[in-house]
Amino acid sequence: MQRVKEKAIELLRSGEVSRVLGWKTGEFFYDLTPAVFESVEEVEKGFVFSLFSGANLSKYLIAESKKEGKIAVFLKPCDSFSFVQLQKEHRIKRENIYAVGIQCDGMCDGESLRSAGCEGMTGVEDGESLTVHTLYGDQVIEKKEALLGKCQTCKSKRIVDFDELIGQQGEDVPSDRFAEVAKLEAMTPEERFAFWRTELSRCIRCNACRNVCPACSCEKCVFDNPVSGVQNKAVADSFEENMFHIIRAFHVTARCTDCGECSRVCPQNIPLHLLNRKFIKDINELYGDYQAGADFDSRPPLMDFRMDDPEPSVIYTRGGAAK
Amino acid sequence: MQKIGVFVCWCGSNIAATVDVEAVSQALAQEPGVVFSTNYQYMCSQTGQDLIRDKIKEYGLTGVVVCSCSPRMHENTFRKTCEKAGLNPYMVEIANIREQCSWIHKDKAEATEKAIILGRAAIAKVQLNAPLQAGTSPVKKRALVIGGGIAGIQTALDIADAGFQVDIVEKKPTIGGKMTQIDKTFPTLDCAACILTPKMVDCAQNENIHIYAYSEVEAVKGFVGNFKVTIRKKARFVDTTKCTGCGLCTEKCPQKKVPNEFNLGLDNRRAIYIPFAQAVPKVATIDPDYCNMLKNGKCGVCAKVCGANAIDYKQQDELIEEEYGAIVAATGFNPIDLSKFNEFGYSQSPDVVSSLEFERLMNAAGPTGGTLLRPSDGKHPHTIVFVQCVGSRCDGGEKGKPYCSKICCMYTAKHAMLCREKYPDTDVYVFYIDVRTPGKNFDEFYRRAVEEYGVHYIKGMVGKVVPENGKLKVQASDLLDNRQLHIDADMVVLAAAIEPDKSARPLATMLTASMDTNDFFTEAHPKLRPVESPTAGIFLSGACQGPKDIPETVAQAGAAASKVIGLLSKDHLLCNPCTAQPDEMMCNGCSSCEKVCPYGAITYIDKEFRGPNRTTLLRRVAQVNPAVCQGCGACTVACMSGAMDLKGFSNRQIMAEVDAICK
Repeated sequence: MQRVKEKAIELLRSGEVSRVLGWKTGEFFYDLTPAVFESVEEVEKGFVFSLFSGANLSKYLIAESKKEGKIAVFLKPCDSFSFVQLQKEHRIKRENIYAVGIQCDGMCDGESLRSAGCEGMTGVEDGESLTVHTLYGDQVIEKKEALLGKCQTCKSKRIVDFDELIGQQGEDVPSDRFAEVAKLEAMTPEERFAFWRTELSRCIRCNACRNVCPACSCEKCVFDNPVSGVQNKAVADSFEENMFHIIRAFHVTARCTDCGECSRVCPQNIPLHLLNRKFIKDINELYGDYQAGADFDSRPPLMDFRMDDPEPSVIYTRGGAAK
Repeated sequence: MQKIGVFVCWCGSNIAATVDVEAVSQALAQEPGVVFSTNYQYMCSQTGQDLIRDKIKEYGLTGVVVCSCSPRMHENTFRKTCEKAGLNPYMVEIANIREQCSWIHKDKAEATEKAIILGRAAIAKVQLNAPLQAGTSPVKKRALVIGGGIAGIQTALDIADAGFQVDIVEKKPTIGGKMTQIDKTFPTLDCAACILTPKMVDCAQNENIHIYAYSEVEAVKGFVGNFKVTIRKKARFVDTTKCTGCGLCTEKCPQKKVPNEFNLGLDNRRAIYIPFAQAVPKVATIDPDYCNMLKNGKCGVCAKVCGANAIDYKQQDELIEEEYGAIVAATGFNPIDLSKFNEFGYSQSPDVVSSLEFERLMNAAGPTGGTLLRPSDGKHPHTIVFVQCVGSRCDGGEKGKPYCSKICCMYTAKHAMLCREKYPDTDVYVFYIDVRTPGKNFDEFYRRAVEEYGVHYIKGMVGKVVPENGKLKVQASDLLDNRQLHIDADMVVLAAAIEPDKSARPLATMLTASMDTNDFFTEAHPKLRPVESPTAGIFLSGACQGPKDIPETVAQAGAAASKVIGLLSKDHLLCNPCTAQPDEMMCNGCSSCEKVCPYGAITYIDKEFRGPNRTTLLRRVAQVNPAVCQGCGACTVACMSGAMDLKGFSNRQIMAEVDAICK
């Protein structure tokens, strides 16, 4: 963990980069937040890489890579998929970036620790299991219980693109990430509708999901654009409001790398990643396995045309059509 | 604010019988922006058009909504009317209250309500319409004909006759198609080869025609007047410029057991072959699936015997790029696969043959030299049973086709007649559902088969054919006599349904031409535009559009040619002004639109923009070439930021229509 901070200092000191994109502590030790460091002093004072560095830094490169000078960025395997997808969409300037890949065993979540019963946390020690220091003494928690939702269904330990690696290069790992989607698919349309209405009813339209999503990187979002005509629809009634998430899922279809940031940042704990994952599962089933950001050459199935693409009538045989 | 006029058409009773047109025009008069609303019996008539013109002038209309038939029918009419009255033609919107409303509804109240809603959507759209100007694009004066059967040959000859260059792409080693395999033609019984081969030779000799035989269309880009086509010229392993067609190689080739597709596998050919004597081009082709030299490098006999030194075992497929102004699909048909029809014993006995196989057995150039012999034992058959509608007019089932294959009644009558004429000692039975003979001299022909040649026509279907002791036990029913029949036949001939060639479906996708559920190409209009595809610049010739016989095919081929000539004789075409237009301020530069554009109309540039605080930003943004853009709208859907818009069909206009409908 310390090596990451050392690397940040080394890169700035040598003049290899003029800025470093990393994480700094927030109010508590477990609420790390992305930050840009411009000097060795700033890094020494504020840079943190810990079990709580779950935030995906890729999206910040859209703005940062267009600024003067080179910037170093630290990318966990899942972050590197977003990094590659953004490059494919010409959204970031790769030549201004020094990418340091970091191998990762899963990141933890302060919320999960709290729901596991840890109150007044002051620190955490990694190990076989986690030792949580609290105001009321130490508590031992299974790491599995403390993992971020997205880390529980980790799909790959492969760092797709990097200039330098800390730790070992990994491979794709088996994941049951579609199990939850399958549960939704097993519901009747009415049950599913009710499920999403309930979940989405909690949405406060804080836009955190959109702002954090590396695939949501438009110069101007359709929801902020008066010309698009959808802006004032969203506030018309609660159903239109809910459509925000459906439209957003459509917009990122086949570009979403399943980095899980949307659900991580949602203050209302809406399982937004399930919408995206449903699309990923559908695309895999209809067009063959496709992982956005896994390589530089493939084309997203919805931006591509092949003779053996399924005909639209496929929905009838899949039972997706309205009865 | 627009000043909109609404004109509701009765279309005689087509609309007015189901839609209360008065109520529609009154309701639409209340819509915002509408300053005039009326209804009239025939809006497309001169009086109707005059009405529109007068009201444009009287009210100073800035937008017009016509509630009438499909825009496919009369959009152009009304655009021209408005243009004459000084209004930009793209300020006209059509609300289709006929095909999408009156024709499909029975309840008048419902239909009227829907017509009002459709009118309201058109009004909402026209509010946002902007005047557009059409540009022009040049026409490449060269045509491509895909398929070298009689349809393709006739189309090519007619286009070439008018002085235009035309290329034929044929996937087989020779042009000629199905007609080369046919023995005699109904109803005149003249020899198919005798009337076809002069046309094949004409094609080869015509300096305006270039034949790409043994070639396939690989990719099609572009649009009417400017298609860019990639043609794959498959390796023949023979240099066509050197080969003299002497045929020595085809005699000396040691690989003698290759099923001869020209005779439908009824005999064998060599691995190097010329399909038949009159092939055009008459050059040899090596079949790579059977050639020992190509498969394992051992042989080389053909190269040794070839005096012209034409054999080239290293030949590769060649890709040719060519530009065309028009493309004609003439991909033809095939008989369906009969192996699924177990009840007729097609797979069990070689003496159960398809009608096309029967043609070969009767043909002088066929496997039996024109003497009708049973494939199983080479004996002369004495009792022959013909079964019609095998796989045709089948409803539902997976085996057959729902349509009538149209040609079977006539060729079966021909076969039966020829059998009786050549071999008067044979008994010939024809089992039919009905005999369909609507064609010039067709019924007379069929009557002759029955009355003069004594063919036994029996109304009823064959239930089962069982091979037994060298005979074929045919169980059938005679519906007129209401009795069961048992016939011991020597041969059974199945009139197989015909289906479009398998290459048609991928070709249609390349051409963006539409097809029906049976994979026949669909016409722009079934009655009024029968030889054009709905895709501009794509024309249809022959059985790829629907089952038809030779005279009909030739007539359609000529019609398609005349449409092509009409197109190629123009120097410029008016472009569609409804092209895509990016909003650079919103463009992410992600390239999604570029990837989905089928016409290559989108490029990207790095462009300077003003940033905050007097800074300059360099941003990658999309550019559309309006001369190349065809307004398909693929980019507008792909663009996630909504930066790409289609003029005349903007996202805002479509949303406004949806809102108006859902209001």
